[in-house]
Amino acid sequence: MINEIDWFGVNADVDLKGKSCEDHCILQHSNRICVITLAESHPILQNGRKIKNINYQISDGCSRLKNKVSGKSKRGGQFLTEFAPLCRITCTDEQEYTIFSCIRGRLLEVNEDILNKPDLLLEKPSTEGYIAVILPKFEESKSVTEGLLTREQYEEVLTKRNQQEEPC
Amino acid sequence: MLSLKEKDRPIVRKLLCAGCCVRCVLRFCCVGTCSAYRRSYELLAFISEESSPQPHDASGEEKTDEPPNKRLRIDEGSTEASVTAAQTDSDICPVCLGVLQDFCDPTFAKQVSDAVKNQQYEFNSLVLTVSLPAQLSVREHSCWLHVKKEIREKSMCLGKEDVIQVKDAFKWAVQGKIGQELGAAVLANVSSSCEVSVGFMHPETEEDCHFLANTCPDCFKPTKNKASIFTRMAVVKALEKISEEKFSRHYPCPPKKTNTRCTALDTTCLHTSVFIAGRYNKFSRELPQTPWVIDGERRMDGSVEELIAAPLLSSFRADGKLCVGRPNQIRIPNCRRCVCYFQMTINQSSDKIRVRDLQIVTREATSRMKEGEEEKTKTYSALIWTQKAIDSTDLEFLANIKDLKIAQKTPLRVLHRRPLAVRPRLIHSMSSIYLDGHHFTLKLCTQAGTYIKEFVHGDFGRTKPNLCDLMKTNADILELDVESVDIDWPPAIPD
Repeated sequence: MINEIDWFGVNADVDLKGKSCEDHCILQHSNRICVITLAESHPILQNGRKIKNINYQISDGCSRLKNKVSGKSKRGGQFLTEFAPLCRITCTDEQEYTIFSCIRGRLLEVNEDILNKPDLLLEKPSTEGYIAVILPKFEESKSVTEGLLTREQYEEVLTKRNQQEEPC
Repeated sequence: MLSLKEKDRPIVRKLLCAGCCVRCVLRFCCVGTCSAYRRSYELLAFISEESSPQPHDASGEEKTDEPPNKRLRIDEGSTEASVTAAQTDSDICPVCLGVLQDFCDPTFAKQVSDAVKNQQYEFNSLVLTVSLPAQLSVREHSCWLHVKKEIREKSMCLGKEDVIQVKDAFKWAVQGKIGQELGAAVLANVSSSCEVSVGFMHPETEEDCHFLANTCPDCFKPTKNKASIFTRMAVVKALEKISEEKFSRHYPCPPKKTNTRCTALDTTCLHTSVFIAGRYNKFSRELPQTPWVIDGERRMDGSVEELIAAPLLSSFRADGKLCVGRPNQIRIPNCRRCVCYFQMTINQSSDKIRVRDLQIVTREATSRMKEGEEEKTKTYSALIWTQKAIDSTDLEFLANIKDLKIAQKTPLRVLHRRPLAVRPRLIHSMSSIYLDGHHFTLKLCTQAGTYIKEFVHGDFGRTKPNLCDLMKTNADILELDVESVDIDWPPAIPD
């Protein structure tokens, strides 16, 4: 549950990498910390799909699980840019989806609970099924969400899609 | 009253040959009498007996020796005996590099006192601190080894700890004059007084320490800001480790003479910090503990910190930083006043907070408060909202839960300023008061350091177990009050 007073700035990034409907939701706290989650319109959450596998190993040399931060300044956290992959999710229908960072910042943690309980991602995508926590640079606290859609803009995109009846 | 004895003669001779000054000779002979360092006549008398070797104490001067006394008075007009010893004071002593020579004269003491007067501090007492260049430890070590060799041959023992330290000798030499000039007692300990700091440096011999970096590399840690790695502590540590033989190979014993003496740094004064502790009650939900500012914009007027600190700061005429540590602790540098007056002033200034038991405490006591935060318990009352509809029977199970272990990852709302970690905590007990289908009051007694809000809403599942898990519904916290902080410090003060 998100306490409304502390959290604001629910942003969305839609059609990631040109792939239709692969929408992400970015929650930003007043202290600038961001939580990346699937948006409710993401294909993984449609049509009763089930998750076969979640993989945080995004390349031979890089696993998001190995991310380790220490100290107040969170040294050691992997620095991400907007299109840095966070994880790859494979569904039981063999569809594969990559989840992206969407913002620039230091990776603080990825959600390991969804590895053991993938249903969390399906049932509570905006809370316990979150994907990752990212700390933007102090100087970029505000600018980091500039390229993203506000809640209203996101709703408009959804409305347009429904009108065009794009399958997801 | 220890004075120079017959047995000291060979040491004295050896030190004088090495070019040591009078006070350094006294130090290596373990003379612990403060007064001996104020004037150098005793040694001169001893030396002048060299020619007539009668075995009697140099303490024949007893009637003019004053007993060691923290409040020293110097007789005006006493003859500062001209030096007739084999060694002249115009040569710089290779061990103290001049600190125990000209800097022990009344002129320097007056210089220090004048500097203090200019800074306009109020005080009745002061403590003198001295900072010496690191290479003095190396030269001291070298001289000690030099003397030790001599002693061993006569089967005697000279522990390094028995030798009087340069710092102490300096203080004994000058504190009387400084105290007299400033009209204040010179104390030995630091509490509640003005700290006068005198420092020395000697660039010419800074390289004396460098060989230690090769012989004991693990003693020297890399520093930021290009500061020298040869700190006093690191050098002392290295000297403890290095073998006598190795030291002698790398550094001359006795130390080589120099052409210049130390330079004195500016004298600085500092009132040691005053720590004030107390308890406060906050009566408004709209008052944050510390100023809440985002992007330079103030989010809420006022704060507990400011309400408590303001009267203290203005009245103490404190400058610089004021730190409100965890609630109830304020550190104020540079001040000294009456505390009960403050309690009254703060309580009258605002009806949003109330303070009590305000008292001055020692620095050590402040760590007790920090310990208390970890060990003690706190009691809270929270207004809870539940997503699913509840009735009073749904809450009964909460009262049966005792010492529930929870694991809390650093809450996202503080993660920008705290390290990421998992904290195990205990919820000792809970009780509830049913309000309506979606609300109830939850009372909890928890281990200090528990994040209550996160225990209630779960913080994205990062606090487990949480109230949502226990009640199998989404839940959130609408209001939170602290009922008590169960720690018995600071001691209560009757009104």
